[in-house]
Amino acid sequence: MGGLRVEGINHDWGTRRALDNVSFAVEPGRFCALLGPNGAGKSTLFGMLTRLFTPHSGRIAVAGHDLAREPRAALARMGVVFQTSTLDPDLTVKRNLLYFAALHGLSGREAETRAMAALDRLGMAERAGEKASKLNGGHRRRMEIARALLHRPKVLLLDEPTVGLDAASRAAITAHVHDLASQGLTVLWATHLVDEVRAKDRLIILHRGQVLADGEAGDIAGGDLTSRFLALTGERA
Amino acid sequence: MTVEAFPSIEEETGGFLHSHSLVALRAILHREALRFIGQRGRLVAALVRPLVWLFVFAAGFRAALGLAITPPYQTYITYEIYIVPGLVGMILLFNGMQSSLSLVYDREMGSMRLLLTAPLPRWWLLFCRLLAGSLMAVVQAYAFLAIAALYGIRFPWFGYLAAAPAILTAAMMLGALGLLLSSFIRRLENFAGVMNFVIFPMFFLSSALYPLWKMAEASPHLRDLCALNPFTHAVELIRFALYAKGNLTALAVTLAAFVIFGLVAIWGYDPARGLTARKA
Repeated sequence: MGGLRVEGINHDWGTRRALDNVSFAVEPGRFCALLGPNGAGKSTLFGMLTRLFTPHSGRIAVAGHDLAREPRAALARMGVVFQTSTLDPDLTVKRNLLYFAALHGLSGREAETRAMAALDRLGMAERAGEKASKLNGGHRRRMEIARALLHRPKVLLLDEPTVGLDAASRAAITAHVHDLASQGLTVLWATHLVDEVRAKDRLIILHRGQVLADGEAGDIAGGDLTSRFLALTGERA
Repeated sequence: MTVEAFPSIEEETGGFLHSHSLVALRAILHREALRFIGQRGRLVAALVRPLVWLFVFAAGFRAALGLAITPPYQTYITYEIYIVPGLVGMILLFNGMQSSLSLVYDREMGSMRLLLTAPLPRWWLLFCRLLAGSLMAVVQAYAFLAIAALYGIRFPWFGYLAAAPAILTAAMMLGALGLLLSSFIRRLENFAGVMNFVIFPMFFLSSALYPLWKMAEASPHLRDLCALNPFTHAVELIRFALYAKGNLTALAVTLAAFVIFGLVAIWGYDPARGLTARKA
């Protein structure tokens, strides 16, 4: 199947269990929020989903490709927005996009066309020649999302992408990524902020390395997601 | 636009073609060159150190140190002539460590993640990064040789051509050492230890400043230690190449050290080892 599938992931940092039998699947074209407080294991899971390191046990498949057995095919179908900015502040906005495109095998006119189209969609075409360091936080994030889509992945992973942004930028980016999911992209959105989750979203609550809840956000929330989230994580605190 | 509106890369290129690797290599080289040009201070800093050694240290030592005629030299030479290959090596050594520092920085800042999540073999991505850093080191080395030539310390013109592959080989070996260190250094602040435990011993326990026979006069053990140091062989490789002469032992040791450092670095960056898992 397409989408994202995580099966029986276990991982320890020394004697501490970081992820404990984590399993879930996100169908194609679905926005899935991975909600968890700080230290829940979200970043560890993201490290594994992006193959920065491999889990001690378990399996990850991206758009039907096993990450351990077909890493390149899986990574080619994945777009990633990391928690910390991965833009090169010394390079121009356009050069940042072209660099990423090249890492995914795109060059020449094709890369140029896609980069300019991405900037056009963001209304940033006139800033193509500016250094990335001159962009504000919101623009940087939107640009990173556009960059992660340059190679047209099937699955988009975002690790707390709204950290450090003001409320307006946060709302705009959350809405933008929901739109992308509605257009057919599989999205995994890690966050610790409940207001970024919509009732129709798929929701996975991760706490201390374990999946506490998995289902439609509205069903899990039962009215108030914040209270439910606090109750769920508080029970285990 | 819908996200499914375009074919995927694989459909467009017929799979992961060889050209993908080359496109990535070109992009990584281009990025490093742009960063190098953008950071003019980096070139100045890289040149000031060896130039101080050349203009101050070597000038002072000229009278104190007598040098016998040993290959590749065919006549008596001044100490400034002797020390230049060692100072070229110094540039490459510092550049290798600088690359290591920048890799640790990139890992902490996140841009290393971008590189390592590209759909290419990890060893290739690391090699591209290593080659990019090494080529910048070669540029720095030639800038130094040009200044030395203006100062009157010149080598045969063909030596400048012959030295290019030798300097690149030495830069790759020292860059691989930097790559290796970067895979094991946990934090940026630990980098100071590299200065004390890698750069200084490597530089001073080598033939960069004194020939090995001179070192043997002081202590045969010290000479043996210097002879084991791959940096000594990198310097000798450059020294011979500057006279368009080969030094097979130096070449073999430099290449062997490159392979060993490179393999250990690749092992260090293996996702299964989890060393890249460290959080910023």
